[in-house]
Amino acid sequence: MRPKPDDDDPPGVPGFRTWRGVYVFVFVAFAVVVAALALFAHVYA
Amino acid sequence: MNPIDWIVLLVTMVGIAAYGAWRTRHTDHLDTYLKGSKSTRWGTIGISVMATQASAITFLSIPGQGFESGIGFVQNYFGLPLALIIVCAVFLPIYRKLGVYTAYEYLGQRFDSKTRLLGAGLFLLQRGLAAGVTIYAPAIILSSVLGWSLNLTIIATGLLVIVYTVTGGSAAVSLTQKWQMGVIFGGMVTAFLILLARLPAGLGFGGAAHVAGAMGKLQAVDFSFDPDKRYTLWTGIFGGLFLSLSYFGTDQSQVQRYIGGASLREGRLGLMFNALLKIPMQFFILLLGALVFVFYQFEPAPVFYNRVEWSRHAAGPGGAAFRALEEKHAALHVVKQEKIRAWLDTRDRGDSAAEPAARAAMVAANAATDVVRKEAKAALTAADPLAKTKDSDYVFIGFILAQLPHGVIGLLIAVMIAAALGSKAGELNALGTTSTIDLWRHFRPLAAHDEVRNVRAAKWLTAFWGAVAIVFALFAGFSENLIEAINILGSIFYGVVLGIFLVAFFLKKVGGTAVFWAAIAAQTLVIVLYNVLTISYLWYNLIGCAACVVISLGLQAALGGKPSLATDEHG
Repeated sequence: MRPKPDDDDPPGVPGFRTWRGVYVFVFVAFAVVVAALALFAHVYA
Repeated sequence: MNPIDWIVLLVTMVGIAAYGAWRTRHTDHLDTYLKGSKSTRWGTIGISVMATQASAITFLSIPGQGFESGIGFVQNYFGLPLALIIVCAVFLPIYRKLGVYTAYEYLGQRFDSKTRLLGAGLFLLQRGLAAGVTIYAPAIILSSVLGWSLNLTIIATGLLVIVYTVTGGSAAVSLTQKWQMGVIFGGMVTAFLILLARLPAGLGFGGAAHVAGAMGKLQAVDFSFDPDKRYTLWTGIFGGLFLSLSYFGTDQSQVQRYIGGASLREGRLGLMFNALLKIPMQFFILLLGALVFVFYQFEPAPVFYNRVEWSRHAAGPGGAAFRALEEKHAALHVVKQEKIRAWLDTRDRGDSAAEPAARAAMVAANAATDVVRKEAKAALTAADPLAKTKDSDYVFIGFILAQLPHGVIGLLIAVMIAAALGSKAGELNALGTTSTIDLWRHFRPLAAHDEVRNVRAAKWLTAFWGAVAIVFALFAGFSENLIEAINILGSIFYGVVLGIFLVAFFLKKVGGTAVFWAAIAAQTLVIVLYNVLTISYLWYNLIGCAACVVISLGLQAALGGKPSLATDEHG
């Protein structure tokens, strides 16, 4: 049996089965951070 | 600094450097020397990527930027998480699959020798110039405020980093960066906590944030579409995306940090670690600067924060004018303090009728002190056209020296030097590697299989670039606004280099000759536009990249036929 290509390794992060899921999570986290910064500026303006 | 500070500083800095050199002293395989240990996990990779990007200027200038202009600079990093996702999904798997040492080696395999040499040459030119600034920038500030010899500071920090980078290569760089980042995080959190404790009783973080916000220091996100504005949501996302994509995907100083490691997974997780933490970290550093601004609203504040520069002129023949400006500023500062307390009082009482007028009076009082600060800078320029009038870089270091207890001062100076060493080591390691793999080994293919000779060449070339950086820092006169100078320099070159890589990854029909001449044309276009237009420099990343891709397609269509095959076979 041929070894699995390096690229197909699962992320091994609890809750994530694919790298696509990790990327979506990071993107959503980025959007949340930008929204939180805008909210922070609004609250303390 | 007293003996306790010196002990903290020397033990942390020399100790980490010595530990790194000793642990990696037997690194004699080229793979380990250039890519690091194959057992490196994602945490070390992530911290190493972060440490390479965060130079001493990050911790000297960015709090000053928060103090002077507010936290809007954080938008500069908005493209970074998106860029890192693309690097993880596209760039990193290809680099690992091909087993390359440098990003430019890939260009040789995909296109031809001349395109590889162009990519490596642009990197060596841009990063070689920046290497001098990386070592000079903290040295000029630290030597000025601490009374150290500038040349001695440059030589001491330069030699320290050369010793362990040459000894242990990439493995030593990653190992020392991990400890240096520990010092940096510990120092910055300590400074933040002490700053909060030193704010006036009853004000607290919430009150301080309200004062900073009312003075316009907390405008984190600017949604305007004005192309002349330097930092907006859009320049950050689009310009910042291309800048970050180029920096993390094609700059060897970063590529080298993540192509080694235990597996592709470790490299990807290390990059995702940065994608999640970088914006919060920059926000924290900027916020620290904004809080230092609030701190000085309740304390006597200097009219000009580079006290050495100010004192030099105040002691000169026009000293009376300088002292008059100091007195005028001090009087207006007292008025401002009263207005701030009056505004806080209306807020505490919940007096919504009086609050707008009190706020307007406070903002006007702040504007009045700003006018005197501008007058002070004009007076400095009038007395000496070469005077250093940008004092924001001195705000945070001045706060550290004047307000923090001994021991913590030593720790914070160690933070600055640790950051300088960490980023410098990453740069030297990459410059040495690119010179070895893309130049020395490329032009001496018979030596490619001699492991010992390759490692020896890599060590000599790393030391050579370290010496170049020291000499450059000792003899070159640099732009005053150093962090922007580095970013502008990067933006002029990065876009075109990124364009070459995007063509390589996504436009399989374009060959080496087309992309090579397209890159030359695009680089010329960017340099011409930079001298003609007044747009934010971040846009040049996008322009250079787009021009390279479009001209490549056009040239390939004009050349017709099949693309030229890759002729570069030497690793």
